[in-house]
Amino acid sequence: MTSGGAPGADGVIKAAAPLAEDVAPPPRRRGSVRKKAVPYGLSSPAILWLTLFFIVPSFFMFLVSLSTGTVGQLQFAWKWSNYTTVLKLYDNYYLRSVVYALIVTIILLIVAYPIAYWISFYGGKRKNVYLLLLLLPFFVSFVLRTVQFQFIFSDDGPILGPLKNIGLLSASFHLLSTPAAVIGGISYNYLPFTALPLYVALERIEPRLLEAGRDLYAGRWSTFWKVVWPLSIPGVFAAFLLTFVPAVGDYVNSSILGGPGTTMIGQKIQTLFLTNFDYPGGSALSFILLLILLIGATLYSRALGTDAVMDAAGR
Amino acid sequence: MTDRKDMPNIDPALLRGLTQRRMSRRDVFRAAGVGVGALSLGAILASCGLSGGGGGGGSASASAAAVDWNAAPTGKLNFANWPYYIDQAKDPATGELVYPTIQNYEKKFGSSVNYDEEIQDNAGFFGKIQPQLAAGDYTGRDIIVITNGPTLDKLFQLNYLVELPTDMRPNFDKYASDAVKDPAYDPGNKYTMAWQSGLTGIGWDPLKVAELRPDNPTITSINDLYDPAFKGQVGMLGNSEDLPNLAMLGLGIIPEDSTPDQWQETANKLTEQLDAGIVRQYFEQNYITALRQGNVALSMAWSGDIFQSNLTGDPEGLQFTVPDEGALIWTDNMCIPIGVENAVEAITMMDYVYDPKVQAQIEDYNGYICPVPAAQDIIRDVLDDPDTADSPLVFPTPDEVAKLHSFRVLTPEETLQWNGIFQPIYQS
Repeated sequence: MTSGGAPGADGVIKAAAPLAEDVAPPPRRRGSVRKKAVPYGLSSPAILWLTLFFIVPSFFMFLVSLSTGTVGQLQFAWKWSNYTTVLKLYDNYYLRSVVYALIVTIILLIVAYPIAYWISFYGGKRKNVYLLLLLLPFFVSFVLRTVQFQFIFSDDGPILGPLKNIGLLSASFHLLSTPAAVIGGISYNYLPFTALPLYVALERIEPRLLEAGRDLYAGRWSTFWKVVWPLSIPGVFAAFLLTFVPAVGDYVNSSILGGPGTTMIGQKIQTLFLTNFDYPGGSALSFILLLILLIGATLYSRALGTDAVMDAAGR
Repeated sequence: MTDRKDMPNIDPALLRGLTQRRMSRRDVFRAAGVGVGALSLGAILASCGLSGGGGGGGSASASAAAVDWNAAPTGKLNFANWPYYIDQAKDPATGELVYPTIQNYEKKFGSSVNYDEEIQDNAGFFGKIQPQLAAGDYTGRDIIVITNGPTLDKLFQLNYLVELPTDMRPNFDKYASDAVKDPAYDPGNKYTMAWQSGLTGIGWDPLKVAELRPDNPTITSINDLYDPAFKGQVGMLGNSEDLPNLAMLGLGIIPEDSTPDQWQETANKLTEQLDAGIVRQYFEQNYITALRQGNVALSMAWSGDIFQSNLTGDPEGLQFTVPDEGALIWTDNMCIPIGVENAVEAITMMDYVYDPKVQAQIEDYNGYICPVPAAQDIIRDVLDDPDTADSPLVFPTPDEVAKLHSFRVLTPEETLQWNGIFQPIYQS
């Protein structure tokens, strides 16, 4: 996070490239088995982790999604119609979740970029303090923050109350129970997921490149667009994914802050599992969401170039 | 000794989240962390059985349900219940939290009880013990407490509960109120005995109601929930039990006997209310906050919430109404899961709490609807707490009891149809 503590130091840009596991030096052909095993050894915790907590459960979820019956009486049956059934019933919830998450991500990119920019270029010695300040609210539990959000924006609360009193808002105006509250709540809760990758990307930009841009008679704006922005793209990419993916599946904000017509797909999945005991339907619903996100992320990384992803992920 | 003020002073909304209305409480606290994720590993792994076609899967075998009621008491008992549901006190010597009723039981029967306040929502708890139940193993609990509704129905369907010996509960036979004897979901109390009950009716803010409807400032009817005067200010409960069943009462339909046509009729009424913009929100659990913050003027509500909200010093005081058309009563039930190791102790405890003196002590702490009418005089005279003893929310009058109805009991096929009709309304 704070690799470039001395912004002016030489060679920072290249030095911070990919992690050690990717760079087993190729030319020294000593044929040592140990050398070859190193990358695998280093990545084995990650592989084990993913296998245990992602691949195996996903596999069982896949089996359940093709089963019939309810919990305790599930029977595997290649029942692909589970997928078509839930798609038909819940397609609008997928759409709504994706739209909400897109809006959230765009809002957050617009909000977080200047913050990250300011901290990395003007934060000086206190960068870490500013970062901590940015993160401070997130030391409080997720649910409590959302409940506080509810308190602050309640109909006669500290913000809407005075505005109504001076006649700026009509008495019946309310923010809670609306899509705006849900989108606002998710945006608030996911700010660090956007801000931190942006900060890391901006932090790595050599300030002297900006000076060079100026020396070559670029104005502030064209320096930004031609130098800073392209160099920060990997950060934007990572921030987008890190925000968008969890935001699509969020169900806490919509259940606490939402109202009629704001139900998101995460709530539906939860209802199918916990209320209806419809494990096959819930699994199918989850799997479709997983597929949508995987396909979306793949297309997105193709469009932006895989290098950018690896570059961003490598930090 | 048993003072309700021992309860930590926290927001009633959160408290209710922890203590009340067990049915559909999504428990966002827990859900934020584990929820579906935990289920997908633990429960699914076991419940899908990996068999890919192993027949009836997890349905319990008859042998697991067989219990020897003549066995000698084991001197041990594992009791799983909801938080803040039994009297608590501080041990004067050690300062530790203790449960006086449990201690009395231990003394009387020479038993050692592990009382665990571990149940935070029905479905989640079911997911936790389901793998052991499916295997016919001991779940580590001899008594569990489950609300009537889908989870309890599921336990019945899968034969996960032990049939209770009717000759081993003299206190229950003698003292249990009619409201908890022979309930529709468990005829003859073959598998369950009530722990406590609660009501679903209407909670409202008198100031706000008077402001919005000055000519008629009291809430008396379920139809008040549909009054355009409260447009955008009405809270409804967003779950498959309270919402449909209370709405049916409003239409003069007896929920217990309702037919699919009547469900549709009810759904139409609710959709009309939704489309007219009258509903502010379908609440999972935080409607008390909304009432107190003035976001809604009235809301479907659970009696215990209003009781506790006013107890923690809400300045104006919220009102709870049992509507003219009637209200819903739901019950948290003690039951014994199969594979039980301390069955004799379990039924002894389940009957012990029906002793009026014991029940009075529990009731005076938690303030729900008491399953033992004889406890009323003891609370008033011996424990000297007339407020609780004379509260109609703790001891409803016979007139009120006559207006109480239960949720419709649904077969698995009916449940599918029911959910298909009502879920799109409260989860729109």
